[in-house]
Amino acid sequence: MKKKRLRVLMFGWEFPPQISGGLGTACYGLVSGLIQHNVDVLFVVPKLYGKEDKDKFRFVDANQVAVNFDHPSFNENLKKISYLEINSRIVPYVSPEEFAIAQESTFSDVKIDNTAKTLQYTFTGKYGADLIKEVQQYAMVAMQIARDNDFDVIHAHDWLTYQAGIVAKEISGKPLVVHVHATEFDRSGEHVNQDVYNIERAGFQAADTIIAVSRLTRRILIDRYGIPPHKVVVVHNAVVPRSKVIYKKENLLDKQIVTFLGRITFQKGPDYFVEAAKKVLDQLPDVHFVMAGHGDMYLKLVERVAELRMSSRFHFTGFLNSAETDKMYGMTNVYVMPSVSEPFGITPLEAMRSGVPVIISNQSGVAEVLKYVIKVDFWDTNILADSICGLLNYPKISKTLAEEGYKEVDGLKWEYAALRVKEVYQETLKQLK
Amino acid sequence: MKKICFYFQVHQPMRLKTYRFFDISKDHNYFDEEANRRIMRKVADKCYLPMNQLLLDLIHQYKGEFKVSFSISGTAMDQFEMYAQDVLDSFKRLADTGCVEFLAETYAHSLSALKSPEEFKKQVERQAKKIEQLFGQKPKVFRNTELIYSNHIGWMVNQMGYKTMVTEGADKVLDWRSPNYMYQNEHVPELKLLLKNYKLSDDIAFRFSQSSWDAWPLTADKYVDWLNSISWTEEIVNLFMDYETFGEHQWHETGIFDFMYHLPRLVLERSEFKFCTPSEAADQLQVRGSLSIDNPISWADLERDLSAWLGNHIQDDAFDSLYRLEEKVKRIKDADLQRDWLYLQTSDHFYYMCTKFFSDGDVHKYFNHYNTPYEAFINYMNVLTDFEERVNKHVAALDAKPKASAKVKEAVKAKVAVKSTPKAKVVLVKAKAKPAKKTVKPKAKVVVKAKTVVKAKPKAAPKAKVVAKTKAKPTKAAKKKK
Repeated sequence: MKKKRLRVLMFGWEFPPQISGGLGTACYGLVSGLIQHNVDVLFVVPKLYGKEDKDKFRFVDANQVAVNFDHPSFNENLKKISYLEINSRIVPYVSPEEFAIAQESTFSDVKIDNTAKTLQYTFTGKYGADLIKEVQQYAMVAMQIARDNDFDVIHAHDWLTYQAGIVAKEISGKPLVVHVHATEFDRSGEHVNQDVYNIERAGFQAADTIIAVSRLTRRILIDRYGIPPHKVVVVHNAVVPRSKVIYKKENLLDKQIVTFLGRITFQKGPDYFVEAAKKVLDQLPDVHFVMAGHGDMYLKLVERVAELRMSSRFHFTGFLNSAETDKMYGMTNVYVMPSVSEPFGITPLEAMRSGVPVIISNQSGVAEVLKYVIKVDFWDTNILADSICGLLNYPKISKTLAEEGYKEVDGLKWEYAALRVKEVYQETLKQLK
Repeated sequence: MKKICFYFQVHQPMRLKTYRFFDISKDHNYFDEEANRRIMRKVADKCYLPMNQLLLDLIHQYKGEFKVSFSISGTAMDQFEMYAQDVLDSFKRLADTGCVEFLAETYAHSLSALKSPEEFKKQVERQAKKIEQLFGQKPKVFRNTELIYSNHIGWMVNQMGYKTMVTEGADKVLDWRSPNYMYQNEHVPELKLLLKNYKLSDDIAFRFSQSSWDAWPLTADKYVDWLNSISWTEEIVNLFMDYETFGEHQWHETGIFDFMYHLPRLVLERSEFKFCTPSEAADQLQVRGSLSIDNPISWADLERDLSAWLGNHIQDDAFDSLYRLEEKVKRIKDADLQRDWLYLQTSDHFYYMCTKFFSDGDVHKYFNHYNTPYEAFINYMNVLTDFEERVNKHVAALDAKPKASAKVKEAVKAKVAVKSTPKAKVVLVKAKAKPAKKTVKPKAKVVVKAKTVVKAKPKAAPKAKVVAKTKAKPTKAAKKKK
C-alpha cells in the first residue's frame, strides 16, 4: 500500500529572497528539507514579492485571498482575534530605516465586495507601525485558507502567525504545531510587550506540539510561559548548503580584523563587544574592529567608542547587503557573537562557512550544537578579550577552528532538521488518534 | 578721528565625499570634487564676484578713503585656482588698488594652534607665502582660525614675527571694557590686539535680514546713527565677519549689497569715522589696555569658545587620532599625502561633528551637509583610517630603504654638524638678547596643558583596572575544544 503524503499548511511572515531576519531563511531551509522528505507544504505569506521560487514551493499570497464573511464561523472566530488593541506600536526585528518607512506608509487596507460578501486585505509584509493590525487580518485570511485547502497539520512560525494558526485549527480541527524562533524575552529583555506575550502564550497553549530552536528557548517557554515540558521539543536550525567561498581581502590588508555583525540592539550584546575591544587594543594596539549593522544602540556605541578613544581602530559600517556581508567575512580574522539572549543564531554559522574562526556566547542556542568555536559568557569581557587575543596571536588555533568549524557547519543540514520536524508531525498526529 | 576696520573671512573647506568602510585601502581620493566645485561656483556667483566688484567700485569711487581687509584660507585659494580663476582675478584687482590688506592665517583653516606649534607655524608660513605669491603683499597682521586666541597662541604668533592680531571682543574677557580700543597681550606686550565689535558686526552678518529683529530693516542711515552714538572717547570699530555674509548668508534680495553700497558714503559724509586696514590701525592707534586670556576664545556661538569644534567625545577622538599621525607625516615627502594632511585638518570637519544642537543648532545645520554629527564622524574616521594606512606605508618604505647608504648619510651628517657650529653660536647670542619672551613662555604653556587635563574625562579609568592580563595564551575555552 502506498503511504499517503503528509500535507502541511504552514504560516510564515517572510520568505527569501525578501527577508529582514533569520526567520525567512529558516523557513526556506525547513520547507526545502520537508519537500525532500516527501512532505507537501503550502506556505502562506502576507505578501509575495514576485521573486520567490514558485517552481519549487507552493505559496498562498494573503493579499490575493478574498475572505467570505458570510460564513457562520467567521464572527465567532473574529472575536478571538480582535481583542487586541489596534495600533499598538509593536516593532520587532526592525531597523530604524525600516521603521521610518513603515511609519510613513499609510496602511490601506480593505477591499469589500458586497455582492460576493467578501473582504480582501492588503498586506505590506513589513514589520511596521501597523503590525498588529496586519497580524489580525492575516488571521482572518487564515480562516478562509483553512476552509479552502486540505491538509493534515498546521505549522505556524513565531508570534506573528500564531493567531492564524489558532483559527485555522478551530476551523479545520487539524493539529497545530507552533515553531518558536524567538520569544518576546529574547527581543526585549525584561521589557516585554504584553500584547505580544499574550499572543505568544495563546499560541503555545493552543498548540498540540511546540518546536523550539534550542534548549535555551525551550527553557524560556517552560519557565516564562508556564508551558508543560512534555509539549516542547527541540529541533535545532541548520544552514542552507553553499560551496565554500573565501573572499579576497581588499581592505586593511595587513591588519587583523575582529568583526561583530548583526543588529545593534540589546539582544545582540554589541556593548560587550565594544568593552572587549578596548581590552584587546590595550594589548594589541594595531588590531581593527568592525561593527556591521544598525539598531537602536548604534549612536550610543559610536559615542562610547569615541569616549574610549579607539575610533581609529573601531569602525562602523552601517547596514550591509549580502554581497557586503560576504566581503566582510572575507576580511575577518575573528568573528564574535556576544548575544545576551539568542534563541539560535545563524550568523556564526555563516562566518564559519566562510572559513572564519568564531567566538559565541554561551547564551546562544547555536552554542548547543557547535564544538569548534570558543564559547564565553557574554558578560565576561575579560575572557572575551582573552579569547580574541588568543585567536589573533595563535594562528594554529585559528586555523584549526576555521577548518574544523567549516566541516562542522557543513554537517548541519536542513535535511536532518526537516526529518526531525516530520517526525514531530507524525508523533503529533499519532497522539490525536 | 575714529576708525572703522573691515575684515572679511574667506574660507571654503575641502568637503569629504561619502567614504565607506569598504573604500578603505582602495580609494585614496577623499574629496567631493563635484560638491566642492558646485558650492564654489555658487558662492562665487552669489557672493565673491558681485561683492568684489562692489568693493572695487567703492574703492575707486572714494579714491583711497574706503579700505577693507581679507583673510583667505589656503583651502579657499586652492579651490579658486581649481574652480574659480575669475574670483582669484577679481581679488587680484582688489589687491592692486592698495586699499586692501590680506591677513595671515593657517593654510588649512585648521585648529593646529591648539595642538602643534610646529604644524601651526608651518601652515601659517605656507599661507603667507601663497598670499604673497598671488597678491604681491606679505601679510603683517595675523588672524587665527575662527578668531581663536589665547595668551599662548598670541605668544606663538608673535614668535613668528607678527606684531598685530585680530580676535573676538568676547564679553567674558573684556568684562566692563569696550572692544573699541586697541589692546595688547599682557604677557607679550609687543603683540597688539584688534577686537571684533560683535554687536555691530553681527547686526550685519546675522541679524540683517531677521524680520523679527526690532531694528529690521537695517539701513545704512540707521547704522551710521548707531556708529555716531558711540562714545567720543572710543577709537575703533572692528567689523569682522564671514565674507559669505554678502549674497550667500544674506541673500541679494535682502538688500545687503545696497546697504554696503551706501554705507561708505554715509560714513564719510555723516560721521567722523574713517576706514582703515588692520595694519594702519595698529600703526596709528595707541594701546589702551592689556588682556590676559588663559582659555582660548573664538568668535563662534554663544559660548565664544572651542565647543563648536572640540569637546565632545567624537570630536576629541577624531582630532587626537589625526594629530597622532603628525610625527610620521613630517617625515614623508609625498605631495599628495602632504596635501591631504592639510585638508584633513580643516576645522569644518570637526564642526560637522558638533552635537550641541540646542543653542546654536540653526547656524550649525546651515553649514553642515551631513544628516547627523555621527555620520560626519564615521565618514571622517573612515577617511582617516585610509590616510593612516598610507602614512604607515610611506614610513615603512623610508625605514626600509637606506640601510646600505646609512653610512653615507652619517658622513653627510657629520659634515653638516661641523659646518653648522658657527650658526648655532649666533642663535645663542640672539636668544640671550631677548630673555623676556622666555619667561613668558612656560606660564602660557601650563595654561594650555591644564585645559587638556580638564577635558580628559576620567570615565575610562576604572574599567581599565579590570583589564585581564591578555597573556599570549589560549583561553580555557579554547583548550577545552582541543
